[in-house]
Amino acid sequence: MSDLEAFRAEIRAWLDANCPPEMREPVRTEDDVCWGGREFKFKNDAQRQWLESCAAKGYTVPDWPKEYGGAGMSAAEAKVWREEMAKIGARIPLSSFGIWMLGPALLKFGSEEQKRHYLNQIARGEIRWCQGYSEPGSGSDLVSLQTYGEDKGDHWVVNGQKIWTSYADKADWIFCLVRTDKADKYQGISFLLFDMQSPGVSTKPILLISGNSPFCETFFDNVKVPKDQIVGPLNRGWDVAKYLLGHEREMISGAGGGDRTAAIGAAMNRMSGGVDPILRAELAQFDVDALAYAAMGEKFMDEVKVGKGHPAKSNMMKYAGTELNKRRHELVMASGGSAALEWDSEGSDGGSKARNWLRTKANSIEGGTSEVMLNVIAKRILELPGVS
Amino acid sequence: MPLYHTDDQAMLAETVTGFIADEGAIKKQLRRWRDENCQDGFGHDLWRRFAEMGLTGMLVAEADGGLGMGHTEAGIVLEQIGRNLTPSPFLTTSVMATTALAGGSDDVRGRWLPGIVAGQTVAAMAIDEGAKHRPERIACRAEKAGNGFRLSGAKDFVVHGASADVLIVAARTSGADDDDAGITLFAVPKDASGVSHDNVRLVDSSMASHVKFDAVELDGGAVIGDVDGGRELLGRVLAAGRAGAAAEQAGVAGGAMDMTVDYLKQRKQFGKLIGEFQALQHRAAHLYSELEIARAAVIKAQQLLDANDEGAISQRAQIMVSVAKAKAGKVAGLAVREGVQMHGGIGMTDEYDIGLYMKRDRALAEFMGDAFYHTQRVAELSGY
Ligand SMILES: Cc1cc2nc3c(=O)[nH]c(=O)nc-3n(C[C@H](O)[C@H](O)[C@H](O)COP(=O)(O)OP(=O)(O)OC[C@H]3O[C@@H](n4cnc5c(N)ncnc54)[C@H](O)[C@@H]3O)c2cc1C
Ligand SMILES: Cc1cc2nc3c(=O)[nH]c(=O)nc-3n(C[C@H](O)[C@H](O)[C@H](O)COP(=O)(O)OP(=O)(O)OC[C@H]3O[C@@H](n4cnc5c(N)ncnc54)[C@H](O)[C@@H]3O)c2cc1C
Repeated sequence: MSDLEAFRAEIRAWLDANCPPEMREPVRTEDDVCWGGREFKFKNDAQRQWLESCAAKGYTVPDWPKEYGGAGMSAAEAKVWREEMAKIGARIPLSSFGIWMLGPALLKFGSEEQKRHYLNQIARGEIRWCQGYSEPGSGSDLVSLQTYGEDKGDHWVVNGQKIWTSYADKADWIFCLVRTDKADKYQGISFLLFDMQSPGVSTKPILLISGNSPFCETFFDNVKVPKDQIVGPLNRGWDVAKYLLGHEREMISGAGGGDRTAAIGAAMNRMSGGVDPILRAELAQFDVDALAYAAMGEKFMDEVKVGKGHPAKSNMMKYAGTELNKRRHELVMASGGSAALEWDSEGSDGGSKARNWLRTKANSIEGGTSEVMLNVIAKRILELPGVS
Repeated sequence: MPLYHTDDQAMLAETVTGFIADEGAIKKQLRRWRDENCQDGFGHDLWRRFAEMGLTGMLVAEADGGLGMGHTEAGIVLEQIGRNLTPSPFLTTSVMATTALAGGSDDVRGRWLPGIVAGQTVAAMAIDEGAKHRPERIACRAEKAGNGFRLSGAKDFVVHGASADVLIVAARTSGADDDDAGITLFAVPKDASGVSHDNVRLVDSSMASHVKFDAVELDGGAVIGDVDGGRELLGRVLAAGRAGAAAEQAGVAGGAMDMTVDYLKQRKQFGKLIGEFQALQHRAAHLYSELEIARAAVIKAQQLLDANDEGAISQRAQIMVSVAKAKAGKVAGLAVREGVQMHGGIGMTDEYDIGLYMKRDRALAEFMGDAFYHTQRVAELSGY
């Protein structure tokens, strides 16, 4: 047996013994997702136990180094881990902006002390993070942001407003882009971390078309941020921000596989007891695109782990993956017919089809819009002139 | 196995890329044979050069004098053939016919493989009977006669058919036209009496034959594999051809896209490079994304085929081969249409190569099943 096969056997045995049956059911509603954090209420014991067992082994962040709470898996091992998880339909033990976004940025730009402190907290699901990037006047044109941090010696005093801050009202800490030099657009932004319980931070939830309210307006009124809570050098936060966006885009793209890349035609036909031929044809075309994209996701992940592929490729993945996911949910609605319209009945899992359909419309907006992704591809990959 | 080329494959790609870009270039091959009205539709000298490079026998087992490589390696060659629009019997001979012959006896392998490996023999695939690919239905019949068979019927659009030294024919030896069982593969030599060709030129300047078999007498030595049990072997041949054609289409798409993106950086209108217009930037970026995805589907299909080269092809590989052919087909179509459009008026001229890409893609789209056929097949294999 090769090392990798032995590893696979070990993972399989561990999952067999430790993944509770409830955690092998598909995620249906928001409370099936484990976000961790100070305030998090587990839905059931299985959810708690699954997080704790994984955290103890470093499996919430399998490819992070052991000293930062990971399992230190190689690229090939992490792939085995994903494959074995997928085989039994296991839920990811912990969903977290800390894992998907902040963690990778800290691994690259954080000080040793920051890494040990924050990464271990993230890996164990102790602190829930939110992302303070967008502002009312700065969406796609993020670099125009105005939230300002005034230098007060051993700390900054931050004033301003963020918007669309996902889960700001549930988060414990925020990673936040703050202008620290008004004279320099790109090299005048710093990447700060602070506690959402700091005096002067307040949030106001915004209701989405899906009827859920996962994001907020976030206000900073003379918030004190100690100087050791900056990641990377002063005024060089844009580098950190962009690097983090690469990971965010990768996450939103669904490149890691799972539901977002699966074929749906067979299930939709079963669900509705057969569909019209033209809808069937669209489902089949979707399946072709989804299965091709799944291969792309696998290739992308394989290449990222060994540093192959164009560094701007996550933009292409984000564009293709989110447009595909929107199409998926259009087809789920069309196949479901009027039953998919139910908004709050028990039989519809609280309107999950309709709400998910609406939620996916944000996929091609959040983390950079599809149009912005196409701009980045045109500029950085195709090297076309004059991209705005 | 990671979804990118191994070091060995990357080395092969480097060699092949240079070789085909040079010797298989559009001007040296496609335009030349077209303008000379060559009835073979490809150059035999280049085919011998393929042999010298070890490419003709890459899929042939080492025991049979080949290199024993896989579909991934063959795909590397095909992508470059596609990119350079190189007319070549590589796909029919070195990918499909060798896959068929690999399922045959020592005798039939010994009769044909050495010539293929040496670049002296060209093979053509006589499978389709009609304008659309539909190998589920085979009406061309071979009846038992003495120790051998008597072959009667017709095959259509047999690429390189008239110039091939051997035709690999899928014929019915029992049952009704639509039956799964009762298929046998035959290796029919060029000079067998009763074989006649109506050789036609296609839109891409390739040559294809409407072949008639008029009571062609074949001895038992012409049979490849099991009599009546050829469906599985045919399935392997089709999978090889489809994955190969998909790789070639990805190459066509890549060539067309690169040429177009270059043009966007050269042509000025309204005092600007046309590549500065966002309306074109976004379409080019969309095309790039789609092409990357098609390439991933192709390499996934190749790897899955390589993972089960003995015996029946796995369900996953079957689905992925059709995904690859459908996706590559759709994307190559997009690439050539956008290519011609973004070239403006000169895209319509014979002098510019972009139109040649459009023509080649159209022919490849039909070869071994178009995107509609394979999309339908994905649905059927998925159970709906
Ligand atoms: C569900 C959801 C969650 C979010 N979570 C967070 C979060 O946690 N933290 C955070 O900081 N932000 C978050 N965002 C904000 C998100 O990043 C922004 O919405 C996004 O960057 C777009 O900015 P905008 O909404 O201001 O749109 P605008 O930038 O105003 O764009 C409007 C339209 O114009 C187009 N457009 C803009 N510029 C160009 C251009 N140059 N070329 C072509 N078209 C262009 C856009 O593509 C879009 O279609 C979230 C958004 C959503 C929907
Ligand atoms: C079959 C045929 C017959 C013709 N007959 C005649 C004739 O009889 N008389 C005559 O005078 N002309 C004729 N034309 C020429 C025709 O009018 C031009 O080809 C056409 O106006 C496009 O110009 P172009 O070829 O220079 O392309 P370009 O202008 O160079 O365009 C190249 C590409 O860039 C795009 N593009 C250009 N500007 C922009 C922009 N601002 N924003 C976004 N995209 C842009 C175009 O849409 C195109 O895709 C003919 C052309 C053809 C193909």
